[in-house]
Amino acid sequence: MEVTRSKVPASKGDLRIRQRQAQQLLRGELEGEDLDSYVESRLLLTKFEDAQNWARKNAIWPLGFGLACCAIEMITTIGSPRNDLSRFGAEVIRFSPRQADMLILSGRVSIKMAPIIRRIYDQMLEPKWVISMGACASSAGMFNNYALVAGADKFLPVDVYVPGCPPRPEALIYGIMKLQEKIMSGPDQGWRERYSAEGTEEATDDLA
Amino acid sequence: MPDATGLELAAQRVRDVLDDDAVVGTSYHHELATLEVAPARVHDVLEHLRDHDEESYGFLASLHGCDYLPSEPRLGVHYQLLSMQRRERLGVKTRVGVDDPVVPSVTDLFPTADFQEREVYDFFGVVFDGHPDMRRILMPEDYEGHPQRRDFPMGGEPVLFTFNEHKLPRWYD
Repeated sequence: MEVTRSKVPASKGDLRIRQRQAQQLLRGELEGEDLDSYVESRLLLTKFEDAQNWARKNAIWPLGFGLACCAIEMITTIGSPRNDLSRFGAEVIRFSPRQADMLILSGRVSIKMAPIIRRIYDQMLEPKWVISMGACASSAGMFNNYALVAGADKFLPVDVYVPGCPPRPEALIYGIMKLQEKIMSGPDQGWRERYSAEGTEEATDDLA
Repeated sequence: MPDATGLELAAQRVRDVLDDDAVVGTSYHHELATLEVAPARVHDVLEHLRDHDEESYGFLASLHGCDYLPSEPRLGVHYQLLSMQRRERLGVKTRVGVDDPVVPSVTDLFPTADFQEREVYDFFGVVFDGHPDMRRILMPEDYEGHPQRRDFPMGGEPVLFTFNEHKLPRWYD
């Protein structure tokens, strides 16, 4: 195989030029227009909230929590290299609700499980997000009977609903990307403010 | 499997040892031999079949409930016995009414019956007399009713589709 070599033309982003400019800046040798253009090229201006939201949306840590068959699908979506959820910063599963940002309700919610899920949700720190994955968590799906809660939004606020039985990995990833868009758009951080639920706090007797 | 003749012989042995009223009838369908037993005598029959019968069954493979609505008496409890030595199965059935659904517990004979009797109690409301811990096992403790009975409403909620949109209250109002 014949190999031809050609010289790569030095661009503005050439590492050696940038290193040289940094040296000159530190020595105080850059002046005038050169200094202005160098400082302009090295700065990124943004709002603090935007930067914060950007950081948050790219590190949504899900809680290690599964309810039924959708959980298997969720595990393959999060854990497998084929789907590779770490592209979206959501692959670090935390098994403590104190460290998790996102609760993926993957499976049917029985009336016996609902208070437990609510307690786990209350233990998570703000800002926290909920994805209702699959038909069962969203509406009891095909198990629309005496044993299940028809829709997890009856007892906790849900941010994104992903339909499907179970949803394909692409669908769940799309739901997570929708959640990222939502985080980036800067909603209220507390869920009560976000869903206008102020005043619904239930004080226990010893606190009241 | 005991065949139809073996089933009749087993039923006759039980009748000889206990009394004629203990075994109400027999049925043989799909190669499954089943003794039909009076509800009050379930414990005696199972004890005999486990310990004293010449073809004994040492293992309770399954215990489950059934609702025969509309026939009477409505509720049924089925026991599936298994002999590991002879690789034979025998069903034992009993029927109780809804008004007074009491069946003696067999937890002292077969410890595995503990949770299964609780499940039958939970879903069908059959009370097992002599059970050490007769409470619900699957449904919440404060749940009312026995949901697997056939006259129990299915529950659930109507789901909004385009075909029934006009029948359901407007969810977005």
